[in-house]
Amino acid sequence: MKSAAERAKLPPADVPRDGPNLTGEELETKLSTTWSNPPGFVGWLSSVDHKDIGRRYVITALVFLALAGVLAIAMRLQLARPDNDLIGAARYNEIFTMHGTTMMFLFAVPVMQGMQIYLTPLMIGTRSNAFPRLNAFSYWMYLAGGLLLWIAFVLNVGPDIGWFAYPPLSGPQFGVGKRVDIWAQMITFTEVAALAAAVSQTATLHKHKAPGMSLARMPIFVWATLVTSLMVIFSMPSVALASGMLLSDRLVGTHFYNPAERGDALLWQHLFWFFGHPEVYIIFLPATGFVSEIVATFSRRSIVMYPIVVMSLVATGILAFGLWVHHMFATGLPRIGYSFYTAASMSVAIPTGLQIFCWIATLWEGRPQLKVPLLYVIGFIFTFVIGGLTGVMIAAVPLDLQLHDTYFIVAHFHYVLIGGAVFPLLGAITYWFPKATGRLMSETLGKIAFWMIFLGFQLAFFPMHIAGIYGMPRRVYTYPAGMGLELPNMLSTLGSLVVSAAVLLFVVNLVISARSGRRAAPNPWDAPSLEWATSCPPPPYNFPHIPLVSSRTPLWDAGEKLPVVYGLRVEDRELVLTTVMSAKPDVREPSPEPSPWPLIGTVATTAMFVCSIFSPWAVLVGVVPVALALTAWFWPKSPAPEREPVIS
Amino acid sequence: MRREGLLALLCLSGCSGAQTAFGGQGAEDANFIQLFTVFMIVCTVMYLLVSAALIVAVWRRRRTAMVVEDRNHRATSGFVRPALIGWTALIAIGLTALTLAGFFTDRSNARNGSHPQLKLTVTANQWWWDVEYDWADVSKSVRTANEIHLPVGIPVEVTLKSNDVIHSFWIPNLAGKQDLIPGRRTDAQLLPRKTGLYRGQCAEFCGTQHAQMALDVTVESKADFEKWYGAQLQAAPVPKTPLQLAGYRYITTRECASCHNISGTSAGGQIAPDLTHFAGRRSIAAGTLPMNTGNIYGWVADPQSQKPGNHMPTIGLKADDLHGIVAYLETLK
Repeated sequence: MKSAAERAKLPPADVPRDGPNLTGEELETKLSTTWSNPPGFVGWLSSVDHKDIGRRYVITALVFLALAGVLAIAMRLQLARPDNDLIGAARYNEIFTMHGTTMMFLFAVPVMQGMQIYLTPLMIGTRSNAFPRLNAFSYWMYLAGGLLLWIAFVLNVGPDIGWFAYPPLSGPQFGVGKRVDIWAQMITFTEVAALAAAVSQTATLHKHKAPGMSLARMPIFVWATLVTSLMVIFSMPSVALASGMLLSDRLVGTHFYNPAERGDALLWQHLFWFFGHPEVYIIFLPATGFVSEIVATFSRRSIVMYPIVVMSLVATGILAFGLWVHHMFATGLPRIGYSFYTAASMSVAIPTGLQIFCWIATLWEGRPQLKVPLLYVIGFIFTFVIGGLTGVMIAAVPLDLQLHDTYFIVAHFHYVLIGGAVFPLLGAITYWFPKATGRLMSETLGKIAFWMIFLGFQLAFFPMHIAGIYGMPRRVYTYPAGMGLELPNMLSTLGSLVVSAAVLLFVVNLVISARSGRRAAPNPWDAPSLEWATSCPPPPYNFPHIPLVSSRTPLWDAGEKLPVVYGLRVEDRELVLTTVMSAKPDVREPSPEPSPWPLIGTVATTAMFVCSIFSPWAVLVGVVPVALALTAWFWPKSPAPEREPVIS
Repeated sequence: MRREGLLALLCLSGCSGAQTAFGGQGAEDANFIQLFTVFMIVCTVMYLLVSAALIVAVWRRRRTAMVVEDRNHRATSGFVRPALIGWTALIAIGLTALTLAGFFTDRSNARNGSHPQLKLTVTANQWWWDVEYDWADVSKSVRTANEIHLPVGIPVEVTLKSNDVIHSFWIPNLAGKQDLIPGRRTDAQLLPRKTGLYRGQCAEFCGTQHAQMALDVTVESKADFEKWYGAQLQAAPVPKTPLQLAGYRYITTRECASCHNISGTSAGGQIAPDLTHFAGRRSIAAGTLPMNTGNIYGWVADPQSQKPGNHMPTIGLKADDLHGIVAYLETLK
């Protein structure tokens, strides 16, 4: 085998490429050599394989889910009885802040991005992401942000101002100490991570689709990924701006949010919710993608009215940016302006209602198989619709003014986020588990866990609607006896214990099945999309030959053998790029080698971000190592093979 | 949804909580209950439709032949398209109706406060409420803390301010909530329709003791209100017994007076609750403890263990001083 430098000088026609003459075991050996991680621990740290990164993302996010779940149990135990003194006021405030922050920033968004990073290149039939090193950087930054927050919490400097951090409570005067700075800097980490992943996804989905996979043939989960990635790109700058100004108020002495110096406390709320509301859909839309894939596979048919489902996704993504003020109905903004946000909030029910129609119609027109992933989807519809309808209620100003900031809202958004996102996620993990591990999860344990989670969830969260109407505000560490709150709170606590036992069972199932589950064939569910065309788990290069797509459900329509295209280099990492709309082969492009520099860059950035909590000068000094790391990251080591036009 | 509807009906028939949105003792809360009922009905119908469709869709499996196994997995029945159009129309009509209902209820709520006959200013602090009854003639104005008294049937305008962080003013039995935001002035309109004792509470997270920031609300007849108001206009009574006198001396000359005000004495602090009619209130420290002698002892001796993190320090009073202070405070009715 020739060195990279020698290969680069070869005339294109002499470069070894996959094709009818180079296929089967010989091809797979060569591709494995080219696409595998370097050996050893350093090789593991250097990986830019989207499957490694996606898996790390999902596992890390599940660990954070478990941590935040433990905090939830602690809160439920404190609230089980009125005037309880298990947890004091200050500690409780830290706990609910950590619970919300971890769930939103370290679990929900990252777990969805992790699933997307793992799945989308497989689903669109390519070998890698558009920016694999950026992808790796994204994961390391996310991990660093999560560690920062949790190490701070363990050292008793965890934030205590709520996951929304409204100034002036989070400002320099009332949020003394470093708790708020740690929160705000953790936001910076997760923003960088989310933006990096979203940029990489957007480019991948635009340019790396397998030949023939036009936009109209993309799986719905891929559409959901595209929409959410664009939403991340449009919404994250808003919270970056907000938290940047908060840090600047706290560390440099600006007065963006200080009313005494003509700043405005409400400015934060506008910026935060302009991000915060889309964030809910950044979590929810990937889940609707899971649902669409699972419904189609287990109904044994294509999704009914694919264009309606896709347009609903896009419409939800756009509407999401027009309703942030419904978080601020009680702030005394002009009443007539509220009407617009009421109407916008209500109108989200239309695309959502259309999607639900299409899923039910698909089940109706198909032959549903009640396997565990489909059970989660059915549980999702029963649960999420309640959350959606309570969402319609609180869109109306007179109802919201009573229900806002009460346990009714806590119930509402847990119905939306657990019912609407976590149920589909658990279904999706069960569904794609064989793809990632090569083994199927236990159906029996899966069904027990499903019923416990579904029923335990209703027990835990339904009574919260009642508690809220009975006058229980959110974020209280205790409540007095005699207000009618004893029963709903006790039920919620019992329900939360059932849910946690069920989640534990789910994890046990994961572990047992990963070790000794039934071996999975490449397509154990007889599903239609491309990720099932390769082995379980997929090889480092994903597909020996890039598939050629001619319908929305390639594996159902291709017959015995999936058509493929030939001509990618096998001794260099090379990808085929296609046109955005119709996915015609466009150009062949080299793909980056593994590199430790994204990790080293993360370490440098982390040092800068963390030190800047203590002195603004750290930003000035800290950019030097960051610049050095980035320079090394992008340093051209050998004459890379040039982009080649497609020969066809 | 369905279960919630039943509970709502149950509650409407027999609920008398002091802090519940299902109370309906204020005009705005009565509107809330009405609108909530309308939304409940529409939402329940929609939920039943979705659930029924889902159950039937899963139940009727095996009757269809539009699946992969029959090589017909893209076909759909003819009725799906009209059903989709009908469903969309139903959602759109339902949402429009609900939006309009919400809009007109909001207009009605706005009218409640158009001709206020009583004006209050409520200023939120970490973690207590400063209450002032405003009159053009300052000698008729009254300042109290952590309680409001309202005459029944009279529209009230409450001006809302905050001295520190964002709080939210919420008396669910009377009306929805309004935030109190530093640097801004917001307002709430109350129109109490039934006499009774209610409870309000801060509804926006405002720091350590957010949970213990309640407000005692008394809605009473106009005559009772005027009697109470007249009493509030009086200065604090003169201490009578030697014990009360000792407490009076301590309060007016030592730590207490730097924060608390007691009208008619030299205690003139303005940053903590006004104590002029302290013992006439229903609770201590913004609803933290019911008002009684034991709790006054507990609070004065060690406020930090009663409400950790609050801004009143535990100063380590001697027993004699404590007896005197409590004896004097109990005369402040």
